Amino acid sequence: MIAFDNVAYSYGGGELLSEISLRLAPGSFHFLTGPSGAGKSTFLKLCYGELLPSAGRITLFDREVRSLSRDDIALTRRRIGMVQQDCQFLDHLPLAANVALPLTVAGKASVPQDLSDLLGWVGLGQLADALPPSLSGGERQRAALARAIIIGPDVVLADEPTGNLDWEMSLRLLTLLVELNRMGKTVLIATHDLNLIRQAKSQIAARVLRISKRRIQLAGADL
Amino acid sequence: MSLLSRLTPDRKADRQADRVVPPSGHSAWLTSFTAGAMAFLAVFALALSLAAGRLADRWSDALERTATVRLSAPEDQMDLQTKAVLAVLSTTPGIASSRAMTDAEQRALLEPWFGPDLPVDALPLPRLIEVTESGAGYDGEGLRQRLAAEAPGAVLDDHTRWRRPLAVAAGRLRLLGLLSIGLIGTATAAMITLAASAALAANAQVVRVLRQVGARDAYIARAFVRRFTLRAISGAAVGTLVGMIGVALLPSTDTAGGFLTGLGFQGLGWLYPLTLPPLVAVVAFAATRAAAFRKLRELT
Ligand SMILES: Nc1ncnc2c1ncn2[C@@H]1O[C@H](COP(=O)(O)OP(=O)(O)OP(=O)(O)O)[C@@H](O)[C@H]1O
Ligand SMILES: [Mg+2]
Repeated sequence: MIAFDNVAYSYGGGELLSEISLRLAPGSFHFLTGPSGAGKSTFLKLCYGELLPSAGRITLFDREVRSLSRDDIALTRRRIGMVQQDCQFLDHLPLAANVALPLTVAGKASVPQDLSDLLGWVGLGQLADALPPSLSGGERQRAALARAIIIGPDVVLADEPTGNLDWEMSLRLLTLLVELNRMGKTVLIATHDLNLIRQAKSQIAARVLRISKRRIQLAGADL
Repeated sequence: MSLLSRLTPDRKADRQADRVVPPSGHSAWLTSFTAGAMAFLAVFALALSLAAGRLADRWSDALERTATVRLSAPEDQMDLQTKAVLAVLSTTPGIASSRAMTDAEQRALLEPWFGPDLPVDALPLPRLIEVTESGAGYDGEGLRQRLAAEAPGAVLDDHTRWRRPLAVAAGRLRLLGLLSIGLIGTATAAMITLAASAALAANAQVVRVLRQVGARDAYIARAFVRRFTLRAISGAAVGTLVGMIGVALLPSTDTAGGFLTGLGFQGLGWLYPLTLPPLVAVVAFAATRAAAFRKLRELT
């Protein structure tokens, strides 16, 4: 689904990530941890074509990223739901329209019932008409997750999706992601929150990747 | 795909594409104003061109290829010298025909100045002989010398020749008018390109979000292109209308005299300025589209 083959990445200075080789198999559930500044966000951006590797090959849905045109990238992103660490929205459109945006740009109609169900699930049912600048950090994160999954992507990438959330809401989002994974979606979550990882592992077979010393390794059973 | 179908392929999808880009006050106003001002100027450049063209045509047509020999002679020699002049003219290469004007014709020529009661017979008026050149034209200096020898009282007045530089000037004026229209079009394209690029740059976050959720460049560009094209065409329509009203309100040809011969449109000529708004729309469409795709590649 997403495969890295001896990938390296640098923003221009020294290499931030080196010799990364891994595969996110369809239907797998991964966490990605590592110290702040280790390159978690960078890795996720490589996973959805926002950044191109400095060396090595990244394959998205069996196609090498470098061979993808801008239009191909756009179409690929319709199969990958991404929750960025700094969730950005169209500030002039109400929350509901923002959440439905992936459908809008794909030329698909959104089913109002599905949209309000989804907003209700992430606890934003009351805020459908609110403008993004008026939302709290946690509300923005939940809205970003709703936006990432509304189009039914094959892969969900989430960068610190629970960073601003209380434990109860974190669990709620985790349950949503676990549900999606049970439906066959591939899930990758970057997080510092070890409690969240433990909680997930009690529910499903989640694997934990850790970035250390520029490499990505599978973390041991202690997590 | 044709321009029109690109502009209005699917109204619902367009309205949605329009809404994902926030309304932009500044560049919107700038675009409409630029298109309007440029269309206004283009109307005058067009009017100038057309009028200069008419002037050039008239001056080179009507007055071309005719000259006059003015013969002053004592009454008793008049007929003799007239015959001599006509004989010279008929043997001069480059002259197609020549003809002495009748008294009635001469009276008609003088009437505007002296009134209808002019006693032509009683006045020592010169006899006028009308000369029509053939294609190649004649040698004016040679003819003068021969006339001086054969009919001392004859003066060749190739009065039309002084108009020739004017006709050339009018032709140049027409070219300048057309050149101005070309420049106006280019300037319009440049201004709209700048406005569109600025609008895209100002909406960098919008573009980033749209790309992130899987919008194609064409989709994002369409929202901008449609908006700018519609603004340009409405601005140009207003500018054209005001320009046409301005031209229509110019003093009429008759009262302003022949020299300003109608800086304006005549008959079907009024249709020409109506092509300006669609033309501006085409320019705006092409300029915005090119700018949008270039800027989108820069931004993400
Ligand atoms: N656009 C950029 N240009 C240059 N350097 C960058 C850029 N983005 C990130 N970096 C650097 O790359 C390193 C990794 O950044 P990244 O955002 O991937 O870390 P992270 O693991 O997500 O950290 P955090 O847990 O704080 O989110 C950091 O040192 C950061 O300063
Ligand atoms: Mg990060």
